[in-house]
Amino acid sequence: MAKTSARVRVPPKAKKDEIIEVKTLVSHEMESGVRKDSSGKIVPRNIINRFTAAFNGKVVFEAEWFPSVSANPYQSFFFKAQESGEFTFTWKDDQGQETTAKAKLEVA
Amino acid sequence: MMLFEQSRSRREAMRLAAISVAVAALTPRLAFAKPEDVKAEMDKLYGGKEMATGKLKLDMPEIAENGLVVPINIEVESPMTEADYVKSVSVFAEGNPFPRVLTYHFTPACGRAAASLRMRLAQTQNVIAVAETSTGQLYTAKSEVKVTIGGCGG
Repeated sequence: MAKTSARVRVPPKAKKDEIIEVKTLVSHEMESGVRKDSSGKIVPRNIINRFTAAFNGKVVFEAEWFPSVSANPYQSFFFKAQESGEFTFTWKDDQGQETTAKAKLEVA
Repeated sequence: MMLFEQSRSRREAMRLAAISVAVAALTPRLAFAKPEDVKAEMDKLYGGKEMATGKLKLDMPEIAENGLVVPINIEVESPMTEADYVKSVSVFAEGNPFPRVLTYHFTPACGRAAASLRMRLAQTQNVIAVAETSTGQLYTAKSEVKVTIGGCGG
């Protein structure tokens, strides 16, 4: 199983009540379960089925993904800055492998 | 002689045509979802409740050259307060192997009910989004995307 790596982009600073865009990217083949290999056998499904974004431990955005999501999934969403803290992003695949990333946000 | 050759090749062509029809009928095709499957999935999730159009915007390209990475952008008009916010948005594809593409769960902490990602499209088809608010309102939007090269393995 290839090692997954994640990249996130969060503005480091925001004003209170400012709505910021959070951009994330994770490397994953997102094997759909319908593709055949060279010997004609179906490659078993293995996709990231859940992406979770939490801020200071509280879930703020979640996505359930199905096989139609592209490989190396990109996901962006918005967040209203209220207080300084840290985001934790978690990607979980069918085999239970978890990838996490963190990003700090300073609210002035 | 010439005539014989012609009729023979014609017979051969007919035979080949018959074989190819039989093979096509026997080979299990990659099963794609049908519009009915999407409707069934939507009924399962929303119980066939009435849906309004308007507040939900589904932004996709009209033509996708590469079906493996088609950008999809969703935005729902909402105050995003504790009293009234967008709880979820689900996306369905009428011509992919599986009808459901994704479900987003938003919270008032998002400030804006918008998100984007990239999806696979196996062929030219309709993509449908449904948003559900915390007050129980449902909104829907549809977008037809023409696909030049399909995604989704095969």
